[in-house]
Amino acid sequence: MKRLAINRLREGRPDAAAVDRFLGRHEVPIVEGDRCTFLWRGEADAVHLVQRIVGLPDRIALRRLWGTDLWYVVLELPAGSRINYQLEVRHGEHVESTNDPLNPNVSYSPVGASSVCFAHGYHTPDWTFPDPDARPGELTELVVRSRALRRDTRIRLYLPARFRRATTYPLLVVHDGSDFLQYAAAKTVLDNLIHRLDVAEVVVAFVDPHDRLAEYANSAVHARFVTRELVPRLEAELPLVARPSGRCLLGSSFGAVAALSTAYRAPDTYGSLVLMSGSFVFTDIAAADHGGGPVFDPVVRFVNRYRARPRRLADRMFVSCGVYEPLITPNRSMVHTFESAGMVVRFQQTRDGHSWENWRDSLRDALSWAYPGPQKLFYE
Amino acid sequence: MSIVRALVLGPQRRPTLAAVARTLDLAGPVATVTAGWQDREPDDAELDALLDGRSVNLRLYARWQDVLARDPDYAAAEREYRAALREQRELYLIMLDGVLRALYEVARHGGDAVPAANADAEHVVRLVDERHLARVCEARASFDAAARPAERAVVAGHRADVAEILDAASALVVAGGHVDELLHVLRLFAVPAPAVVIAWSAGAMALTERVLLFHDPDPHDAAPHGSSHAEFLDSGLGWLRGCVLLPHARRRLRTEDPRRMAELAFRAAPARCVILDDGVRLDLGSGDVLPPDARVVTGDGWIA
Repeated sequence: MKRLAINRLREGRPDAAAVDRFLGRHEVPIVEGDRCTFLWRGEADAVHLVQRIVGLPDRIALRRLWGTDLWYVVLELPAGSRINYQLEVRHGEHVESTNDPLNPNVSYSPVGASSVCFAHGYHTPDWTFPDPDARPGELTELVVRSRALRRDTRIRLYLPARFRRATTYPLLVVHDGSDFLQYAAAKTVLDNLIHRLDVAEVVVAFVDPHDRLAEYANSAVHARFVTRELVPRLEAELPLVARPSGRCLLGSSFGAVAALSTAYRAPDTYGSLVLMSGSFVFTDIAAADHGGGPVFDPVVRFVNRYRARPRRLADRMFVSCGVYEPLITPNRSMVHTFESAGMVVRFQQTRDGHSWENWRDSLRDALSWAYPGPQKLFYE
Repeated sequence: MSIVRALVLGPQRRPTLAAVARTLDLAGPVATVTAGWQDREPDDAELDALLDGRSVNLRLYARWQDVLARDPDYAAAEREYRAALREQRELYLIMLDGVLRALYEVARHGGDAVPAANADAEHVVRLVDERHLARVCEARASFDAAARPAERAVVAGHRADVAEILDAASALVVAGGHVDELLHVLRLFAVPAPAVVIAWSAGAMALTERVLLFHDPDPHDAAPHGSSHAEFLDSGLGWLRGCVLLPHARRRLRTEDPRRMAELAFRAAPARCVILDDGVRLDLGSGDVLPPDARVVTGDGWIA
């Protein structure tokens, strides 16, 4: 096996110029098979790689290459992995977390940006980039006055290219809709997947919470808004299938809890659910510490109740989770619970973390599961 | 009029249409249907060139859109009809999944009783297919009775236009595309069987007695794309008899899997499953005799 680049450099007892040349030659992190070498250059008392791969320490120390100001650590990352990380640099008592200055790849989310490492075999799916051949759908805005939520809700509505009132479309309701549009390229993905016949032409309602941690944590009010206000209004105003098989709820993280708890309160209403990295934290003893803090209390009560008496909430479910997320364990457990209630479940594990890119990359599998495209009907 | 000559071609990625049309020595205009291309229907310059500039596009897709726009009552009836078909298909796929799984499990089960059980399982699969086709036919009959398209002024006007074009045409050419919409507009505008028809891909499928949809999953693509079972869409126009056509078979089917192919063969029986890959040209005469060079799927799943 070929020696790692960092080891070859180390054996050459490098000076500053050699380090310059080394960094000029390599993209950082350096990916060699399943080994990824993370680097930082500069004077510091300690440097740590900060990441959230479940099972690994959150902070992993980088070592200084003797005689240089180059710091490094090698991590084993299986093929296809994608991880977000930052570097924590300490000077005396001062500690600063930053994105990796040697790595131009950055991942964005509502809580900020972080560096991202693409391990060997990971490729950003081509359908996440704008395709000039794909006819664009239209995003419009709709304001729904919600008595349940006691506020106006701003819905972003996706109508597929060639939208016609003479036909009928299935409906997809996406929780954290603006974030899916901004961080998961949802419109581009929809345009492309519909163009490629991977996904049926679909109307999508992107909804946003006002107080996310309250509205998405098993809230009866949110469920009432979606099931009794939003969906009926859309079905009254748009040419929608208006049957369970034409209704799907999608959410990630807390949004998945919102999707699940909304379907829980309206059995026989939704045909399919897409639950990505659901925050399905539960305890096997009610009084046990679930570790999620007070925010998770209503979620845990809901999931515990559901696990005690599982019931059919939809015909089909797409459940996905990154194997590097702490949520992978509860999600694996929930699959059996869902199946025991008679639902057809497709469970997909990705070599990724709790990130928008993870959810973006899962959209093709999720949407083609919920609303398969018309490939079978085309014979050119 | 009944068909005098029907020619079925393989997919036209590398067009053979021009050469075929020349051998027919057609006089006068050639009517074309590109409705399967949907809103790309008018993009037929290449097709027109292959027919020496003599094509007259029937514009069935545009006519359909015109009917939907100008006759709201008809549009509403068609939406209801489509909803009924959609529900019918969902139920069909649920049943099909169950009976095909049973068929596969029976085949895997060892023992002397397997052949008889297998025959029973195949019988059930055929029954599910037949009942589905019958229910689709009933739904269409109900729709026709309720919407009475022939009596609607907009439809009648388009039908008259189409009939006039076809009267003057020496042949009809039907291209591929979206087979369901293609079949629908051929029926809506009552396109009659012409003396000479040339068709390929979805265009040819629509002319048969039964339309079988198929698309095996790509083994290199784990993405789910809905039911992978082959399924009957509908009965076709029935101009071509005794065959179920499989265009792009090598691209869309696991043709090297005899068990998979045998399943298609018994479900299509007594019609023969005919492979329509690139370069194929089948002269079906008046539409009911398979030529000896037709490549068909045998009962044991091989292509002969």
